[in-house]
Amino acid sequence: MAFLRGFGRYLPARVVDNRELAPMVGADPAWLLHATGIEERRFAADGETVSSLGTEAARDCLKRCGAAAAEIGLVIAASGSGEYRFPGPATAIARGLGMQGVPAIDLPMASAGSLFGLSLAGSLAHQYGNVLVVASEIMSRVVRLEPPGRDTAILFGDGAGAALVSANEGFAEIRDSVLVSDGEFAEALRLYWDAPLYMDGRTVILHASRKMPRAILQLLERNRLQPGEVGAYILHQANLNLITRVAHAVGAPESRFFCNLARYGNTSSASLLIAAAEWRALNPDRVVQPLVFAAFGAGLNWGAVLAMPVESPNS
Amino acid sequence: MDNKARIARIVKGVAAEPVDPAPGDSLFESGLLDSFSLADLVTELEKEFAIKVPDSDLVPRKFDSIDRIDSYVAARS
Repeated sequence: MAFLRGFGRYLPARVVDNRELAPMVGADPAWLLHATGIEERRFAADGETVSSLGTEAARDCLKRCGAAAAEIGLVIAASGSGEYRFPGPATAIARGLGMQGVPAIDLPMASAGSLFGLSLAGSLAHQYGNVLVVASEIMSRVVRLEPPGRDTAILFGDGAGAALVSANEGFAEIRDSVLVSDGEFAEALRLYWDAPLYMDGRTVILHASRKMPRAILQLLERNRLQPGEVGAYILHQANLNLITRVAHAVGAPESRFFCNLARYGNTSSASLLIAAAEWRALNPDRVVQPLVFAAFGAGLNWGAVLAMPVESPNS
Repeated sequence: MDNKARIARIVKGVAAEPVDPAPGDSLFESGLLDSFSLADLVTELEKEFAIKVPDSDLVPRKFDSIDRIDSYVAARS
């Protein structure tokens, strides 16, 4: 068994609203809001890195959980925007937390990396005890902030999230997960070292609109749950319209789908854990209904994770 | 009603536009379909023609005009 102990997040201080972004990409601020539902996003400062954002989110997570870095047995770090081919940010995050000798694994997966990390942590907690999952992205450095890059650049922001998964305590039990990968459409969303992020939006949205609800429904069905029994759906914050459509396809009220997209944009793999941290801060009491986490992203990779209330919460 | 007329009716429904596209017109270039209405279109085609669109066929250009959709539906039916 494995449990969710808590979440954390870090958002860079610099807020970039639509009035600031619009002239960079040759757009009107009102159109930008209408097209994306995003009011503002954060941009990392010059001295910040993917690992420094991730370290701050991890610190926030440990603080919220009342846990110490010395308790961590494994670090899993997801990112699609790391500065290096290797090493990935995992070891730098572990070092930033003062860890020595603790295994630190990278998941170089944009968007769905944190969901896969949560699922893996749920499977590995029995061996490593406390598993720290971190997702960190600096998307503002991988998009083209000029008019030719407008349609992609306006969607993204920077940030980091973290989750602590424990073998023996927490507010919800990670019960099951559905993880799926399909390389047939890998070219639809890609980032090379020498070019800005490329996204074939039509293909990505078409696949996400069908695959994310399918994964959620598969997860619920095999756990004999109805969509309406889930207390909160926490999704990768890719797009407001997509989240709404997933809600309709699943057959659950939109109000159960947590959304903070308007304030941060799409922070890729970080968005799921940032959303989870904010959802938990707003809902600190005992969890009494199932929770569903879901994501879709480059690869293509997608899936859903189910967490169930615990009978006698000890955290 | 022939298949192209049925497809045109679905396109107008998901696009929420009272426009009759020519069979060869690009539904994306004309602005009738966007990323999200494309997903709705595929779902409605599955219902209308009792077909299943596999993931490997989720390629926007297959659904870019009434002619292309008609060919696709005929091949799947």
